[in-house]
Amino acid sequence: MKDKKVLLVDDETEFVTTLAERLKLRDIETDIATDGEAALRIVETTPPDIMILDLKMPGLGGLAVLKQAKSIRPGIKVILLTGHGSTKEGIEGMNLGAFDYLMKPINIEELIEKMRDAVNKG
Amino acid sequence: MKLRSIGKWIKQSFLFDADDVASPLRYQLLKRNIIVIMITITFVPLLSMALINYHQYQTSLKSEIVEPLRLLSNKTVHSFELFLEERLSTIRSIASMSSFADLSDRQKINRYYRILKKEFGGFVDLGIIDNNGIQVAYAGPYDLVGRDYSKQSWFHEVKVRGFFISDVFLGYREFPHIAIAVQQFQDNGLGWMLRATIDTKKFDSIIASIGLDSEGDVFLVNRSGVLQTQSKYYGNVLEPCELDLPLKNWGTQVVDITDRGGREMLLSFTNFRNHDYALVVVKPKSVILKSWYTLKSEMFFIFLGGVILIVLVVIRVANLLVNRIYVADQRRESAFRELENTQKLSSIGRLAAGVAHEINNPMAIINQKAGLMKDLLELNGGFKHHEKFQDLTNAILQSVDRCKNITHRLLGFARRMEVMVETLDINEVVKEVLGFLEKEALYRKVALELQLDEKIPQISSDKGQLQQVFLNILTNSLAAVEDEGRIIIRSRAEAPDRIAVSIEDNGCGMSPETLSHIFEPFFTTKKGYGTGLGLPITYGIIKKLGGDLKVQSTEGKGTIFTVTLKPNLQLTKENP
Repeated sequence: MKDKKVLLVDDETEFVTTLAERLKLRDIETDIATDGEAALRIVETTPPDIMILDLKMPGLGGLAVLKQAKSIRPGIKVILLTGHGSTKEGIEGMNLGAFDYLMKPINIEELIEKMRDAVNKG
Repeated sequence: MKLRSIGKWIKQSFLFDADDVASPLRYQLLKRNIIVIMITITFVPLLSMALINYHQYQTSLKSEIVEPLRLLSNKTVHSFELFLEERLSTIRSIASMSSFADLSDRQKINRYYRILKKEFGGFVDLGIIDNNGIQVAYAGPYDLVGRDYSKQSWFHEVKVRGFFISDVFLGYREFPHIAIAVQQFQDNGLGWMLRATIDTKKFDSIIASIGLDSEGDVFLVNRSGVLQTQSKYYGNVLEPCELDLPLKNWGTQVVDITDRGGREMLLSFTNFRNHDYALVVVKPKSVILKSWYTLKSEMFFIFLGGVILIVLVVIRVANLLVNRIYVADQRRESAFRELENTQKLSSIGRLAAGVAHEINNPMAIINQKAGLMKDLLELNGGFKHHEKFQDLTNAILQSVDRCKNITHRLLGFARRMEVMVETLDINEVVKEVLGFLEKEALYRKVALELQLDEKIPQISSDKGQLQQVFLNILTNSLAAVEDEGRIIIRSRAEAPDRIAVSIEDNGCGMSPETLSHIFEPFFTTKKGYGTGLGLPITYGIIKKLGGDLKVQSTEGKGTIFTVTLKPNLQLTKENP
């Protein structure tokens, strides 16, 4: 996982920075975007291998970001985060090419496991 | 005060209190009121019609009886008058055709007497009376020559009116007869009289000729009400009639009377026009109204039959009607309850989802921050409160996990999850769920007894949701039983289109009050650790799967949850 580029996208700065810090402690380097537009810019300029993407964001929503990111970089692995507890949007995201989805609050070990699966299986 | 209490009684008896809608008394009152109203509405016209008909018929029948009786009386009176006029004319003719001297001759008067007896019959004697009232000649069975009549009233009446017909009287031979006398004048101006006595047998034959039935009675009375002929019921000749007669009236009168013997009679009374007699015809009502009485009893029985039939039909209809109303009320009430429940669930669900979602984000931050703290603690060990900090961080993370469970359940309660239909064996679902709980049961020595029908048909339904259902119910049952308690799980096919799974525990049971609230969200008896969402979610899922959930519970004895499901899931409109 150390050589993989990871992009974290979530409008909650506190959440995304802490998560980035924890991943760094586990030797995973991450980029951070706190809105959809910023995320897409990063996808275009420095394409990540894995994108951890929150579904519910102001402005450009998670599903829209997913769609555009996939069109820009079809090989990008996306793991969705949902706070809804609903499987509906998660499944919709998977239909749009997301690898999997996780429900907030997430367990970091679970997230790393999913990322590993995405890189290996995807 | 009294009026008010009467008003209250009427209100209580005939109306029902709207607050008391569920009371069985309400339906009893309703039934009674319907019966009373329907019977009144039916009976009032029926009864009035019967009474009017009764009265009309009685009136017309009476006129049909009265008219012939009046006619008969008039005819009979006419016969009597004809008879008397004929006798009077005969006597008058003899007196006119002969002189006083002729008739004073014994031979001549005897000859007239014989002719009269032979041609007319009924003549008893014949006599000539001179101006002084002395009978100068006489033909008849007695020796009455020289008898003085000057003191008798009829003698003077003849002198005034020219003729006289007497009342009936008993003569020397003690049988009834009447006297007829006419006056003539000699050439010298002195008056004389021809007087004949006639027996009243002829009266009897005129009466007999009416042809009255054996129950009737016909007789003559004079103006004083003394019987002139024999009466069957009211006395002998010359006795006063026992009836109260309308003696002063003219013409024919028909009246209802009750005689001294208590018999109800119809009486016709006709005064003679030219003589001081009256004819009385009496008929017992029982005879003339016989057909009416028969009809009356027939009408009564028909009326009674009709009344019984109406009452039976009304009671049956009222029963049917009130039962239908009762069933409809029950249905409406249960539909209303269900609707209320659904509305409550959905509105609370929306609220819960909003709250859960909003909490999830800060919770995710707390989770990450605490996680980072834990990470840092693990990397940098060996400072003063290291272990204490580690415990605290773990406690925070555990609490976050608890919150996560709650918010996920809240969201699960609110969301309309897609139903994934598959063919499944309900027994397998139950066994899988029991797998989650076996450890707890073992630890608490709770006996989990399975009585599963191995031949139960497979069903099409959502496995995940059914697991959730049984997990929720079994968790409740486990919470309800004491250690070393018992839970029995049964499955059975109830009908071709229904299977049932029941979960019975011997735990603490529920009071009726608790039982009425268990499907309400956030209602919990597990103080401190229950969310109050398990059973509402369960109930919602089962309803979504087209099934039903019933609970029977006795406080202190235990509870039975029964889930019934249809083998083929038909999705409701709400959850396509």
